[in-house]
Amino acid sequence: MSQRVLETLKEKFGDAVLETHSHLGDETAVVSPERWKEIARFLRDDPSMAFDMAVDLCAVDYPDRTPRFEVVLHLYSISKRHRLRLKARVGDAEGEKAEIDTLTDVWVGLNWFERETYDLMGITFKGHPDLRRILLYPEFEGHPLRKDYPANKAQPLVPYRTEEEAGVPLDKLAPFGPDEGMPFGRRVFAVDRGES
Amino acid sequence: MEPIDLDLEESELELPSEPMHLNMGPSHPAMHGTVRIVLELSGETIVKSDVQIGYLHRGFEKMCERGTWNQVFPYVDRLNYVSPMLNNVGYALAVEKLCEIEVPERCQWYRMILGELSRISDHLTCNGAMAMELGAFTPFLYYIKAREMVWDILEEETGARLTHSFGRIGGMAHPPTPALKDMCRNAIPAILKLVEEGEGMLLRNRIFIDRLENVGAISGKDAIALSWTGPCLRATGVPYDVRKAHPYLKYDEVDFDVPVGTRGDTLDRFLVRLGEIRQSARIILQCCDRMPDEGPVNVDDPRFVFPPKRDVYTTIEATIQHFKLVMEGAKVPKGEVYSYTEGGNGELGFYIVSDGTGTPWRVRIRPPCFPITQGLSELINGGMLSDIIPVFGSLNMIGGECDH
Repeated sequence: MSQRVLETLKEKFGDAVLETHSHLGDETAVVSPERWKEIARFLRDDPSMAFDMAVDLCAVDYPDRTPRFEVVLHLYSISKRHRLRLKARVGDAEGEKAEIDTLTDVWVGLNWFERETYDLMGITFKGHPDLRRILLYPEFEGHPLRKDYPANKAQPLVPYRTEEEAGVPLDKLAPFGPDEGMPFGRRVFAVDRGES
Repeated sequence: MEPIDLDLEESELELPSEPMHLNMGPSHPAMHGTVRIVLELSGETIVKSDVQIGYLHRGFEKMCERGTWNQVFPYVDRLNYVSPMLNNVGYALAVEKLCEIEVPERCQWYRMILGELSRISDHLTCNGAMAMELGAFTPFLYYIKAREMVWDILEEETGARLTHSFGRIGGMAHPPTPALKDMCRNAIPAILKLVEEGEGMLLRNRIFIDRLENVGAISGKDAIALSWTGPCLRATGVPYDVRKAHPYLKYDEVDFDVPVGTRGDTLDRFLVRLGEIRQSARIILQCCDRMPDEGPVNVDDPRFVFPPKRDVYTTIEATIQHFKLVMEGAKVPKGEVYSYTEGGNGELGFYIVSDGTGTPWRVRIRPPCFPITQGLSELINGGMLSDIIPVFGSLNMIGGECDH
């Protein structure tokens, strides 16, 4: 069934389809990252393809290979009930230049998946409308799913924000004075006043 | 009496209208799960919203790359902690697909029974919690009582109520107990009765209906574009259910329907979940009729399956096999596979890459909640502040799954 998809892809895009295989019933096409968006748009719009749902997008790190990362996209067609795995290889050995076009304008649902891949694997999606970290915090250093990120690495402490950065007064006033509220847990104050 | 003559411009009579910013969460009493929504409000209407997740991120995928294939099971339990058995089975099926092994028939039925029980508990929790957040506390207690019955069965079977870690590559940790079928047959009618009573209290309540109907509606086309799956997608009228579209285990041999909605609003999501509870009950009863009482549960494959404990202590072969499986892990053949099952919230996918050793090279989970939570912002924009509670409740965001 989806064998036909692979054949059509090879016919239509020729050299841009670097390799294909169907291992264990999963049809896979590795395509050149330059034509990533063009191929995606074709897969969505062509009536015989009709991949209307982008199920998943992630990346895998292979430090030994020369394009180091594989961006893996899983597609599904609700009407045709076929699936396709689309891959593109990006990035050099140091993990730099890991860039690929965004597909958020093809499948809007990929927005968060691309943010997650950027966050955890450090792949930059060119043209993404809102490429922020999603699962980790903005001050996080590095991309933890890369194989050269040690699993037990500690992150530096995030410094306190200044009042200008936070935009609100940060010195909080105690909600009540030492003489108010519950008496327990306030022995410090009691000792200070010599009442014990 | 003279009319008050205010010497004011027309614009000065209006209330100040600059937008107000409001933080909802990350820990909000009316929202289950830790999610933060930064809202820009104009009066009570939401102008803009930014949903921020990640408060429960525990580095699931990184952790998986450090242990053996079997050591992933406790982690997947903690993804969707309301229906951990579905995750266990989903991951086991993914590894088995890569190893090209198929579990015996008895195990397939057993996995279906446990999985559907988990699905019932998932939907009960979602619907009950949503009703509770809207102020209907009593139906929540009914649903939790029904969930307790489900968990009692799971406890009897697996030894744990919440995090079972019961799946294994090539089978299950234990064979079914002799009492399983009777427990299911006794509990299912009681659960359905409780569901019906809770439903009667809610769906005849004008206030409840008014707060759900036509709130947070989405069209089927938009839902597909947002990669929604599961009950939230089916509520829009798209009958996509992995169990029907691409049957795994024995789902092609049992008789069940796929409940779908029409408008895709919050009420439809509520009703679809209720319908699925009934269908799951049907599946469980059919499985109970068809599961053989005798026969193996695990595949007979020493590369993946632990030998019986008695043999480990008495024979040298089994001792070595056990040692190698524990210390080195099962050697999963080199390759990659994407396996998908119907989880509590939709398509639960596992994309696993193996380099031929006992440790996974990459375990990627495709959590169904993740794209669904992505759509939350679109659903609440333009709506009222108070509508966030039912809409968010009906999406059933599970923090552990969404944040990996």
